Amino acid sequence: MKEELIVSGRMNQLVDPHLHIWHWQISIYLFLGGMAAGILAIAALYYIRGREKDYSTAVRITPFLAPVLLILGLIALFIDLRHKLFFWQLYTNIKLQSPMSWGAWTLMVITPVSFIWCALHINDIFPKWDWKFKWLFDLEVFFRKYKKALAWVMLVYAIILGIYTGILLSAFNARPLWNTSILGPLFLTSGLSAGAAVTLILSRNKAERKQFARIDLVLIGIELFLIIHMFMGFLASTQVQIEAAKMFLGGPYTMSFWIFVVILGMLVPAILEIMELGKFNVPVLMPAILVIFGSLMLRFVIVYAGQMSRWLY
Amino acid sequence: MRYAMAVDTRKCVGCSDCVVACQTENNVPIGFCRDWVIEVMDGTYPQLEMEIRSERCNHCANAPCVRCCPTGASRIEEGGIVAVEHNVCIGCGACIASCPYDARYPHPAGYVDKCTFCIHRIRNGMTPACVDVCPTKCLYFGDLDDRNSDITAVLKRRKSKTLIPEAGTDPHLYFLK
Repeated sequence: MKEELIVSGRMNQLVDPHLHIWHWQISIYLFLGGMAAGILAIAALYYIRGREKDYSTAVRITPFLAPVLLILGLIALFIDLRHKLFFWQLYTNIKLQSPMSWGAWTLMVITPVSFIWCALHINDIFPKWDWKFKWLFDLEVFFRKYKKALAWVMLVYAIILGIYTGILLSAFNARPLWNTSILGPLFLTSGLSAGAAVTLILSRNKAERKQFARIDLVLIGIELFLIIHMFMGFLASTQVQIEAAKMFLGGPYTMSFWIFVVILGMLVPAILEIMELGKFNVPVLMPAILVIFGSLMLRFVIVYAGQMSRWLY
Repeated sequence: MRYAMAVDTRKCVGCSDCVVACQTENNVPIGFCRDWVIEVMDGTYPQLEMEIRSERCNHCANAPCVRCCPTGASRIEEGGIVAVEHNVCIGCGACIASCPYDARYPHPAGYVDKCTFCIHRIRNGMTPACVDVCPTKCLYFGDLDDRNSDITAVLKRRKSKTLIPEAGTDPHLYFLK
């Protein structure tokens, strides 16, 4: 029997009894960033493959949400910083070993790219849009000329952004729950599925909706596969990771994870989408909103649970 | 030069003088600390064993906090001392999350703060405040590369351990058994 007691001094309320340094801001940012990454990656992919006509909502309309989501995410990140006025220090350094540095520079690329992508499609939403100034018009002509290259940049950086939201956490070996390389692909898949769900809501085209219901279904399948593998990895690993997994297998996060993330966020929408692809007429809003909700809850659960998991010594 | 500290768990009485000395020396804000004392009770009555440890930053050679810092504010100074440059730190909290020893805390002024082995005192040829003040002389500080230093001698003479070396951090805070 071992009992550990902190007898003095250690009154750091943000560290004891367990870490609570990251709060809703980080969860919200990981969610918004992931969803924006999903939206942009899908748009770029379909544009590159020349399917712009078939999936016009995904390529032209949904990306208009991405800059909004990214800006809101950046605001959340800014709120999280404690030494706010020094935020620019992020952009005087490139630290290849720091995921956060990667993230900061990725956002520096993907945010302007998402604005440019919207500018190229602004006539689809506002047919009478006029740039007013000639240089803006010239700029549009320039980017339209290199739209394919722009789409490639957007695809690559969207995928980096999607993976990075997971790697940000998985790089911390101090928090055994986060320290799994599955988190990168899992967050990317979850972001892509949230992005596909947005198109599912916005699209008025039956064929497109069917395709995106199918995409969502495949992505949910991949997510479930990754989650199972994550737990297999934890349970076959060291004591600290077994303890981390136990938080979800009978511990304090069992309910919120399995009910909100897995059942409501993945299984129920998957069943609804299978029904929709069959003969049933399911209101498309339901599975889509559940997928987005599940994606949000995944971020919250992982961010908060990770801070409860720790090394034993 | 590799600075390290050793804590004699057999001599330490857990008086917390090191904690207070540190808070005074480094103007640590009320409610926070850079070092702390932990008492571990092991066994079942009447076979009980107690270990008292004065803990602080381990000044890891492979420091996860330095690795994950996006601005380079967390850095390794001379002698392997891990320190934070306040005017470069953005207070993102990544280093706090990355430390398996939970040795860092967010200073109310915004930046992240931690034990520096009293680098300002070392540079002037003094020892860290906690070492200086310890009434049982259970803290040893010095350069591991210097054969004649107190710490090299005591680590050679006594058995010692580090905290969670399996975290891969190569810590430089030793506990004499």
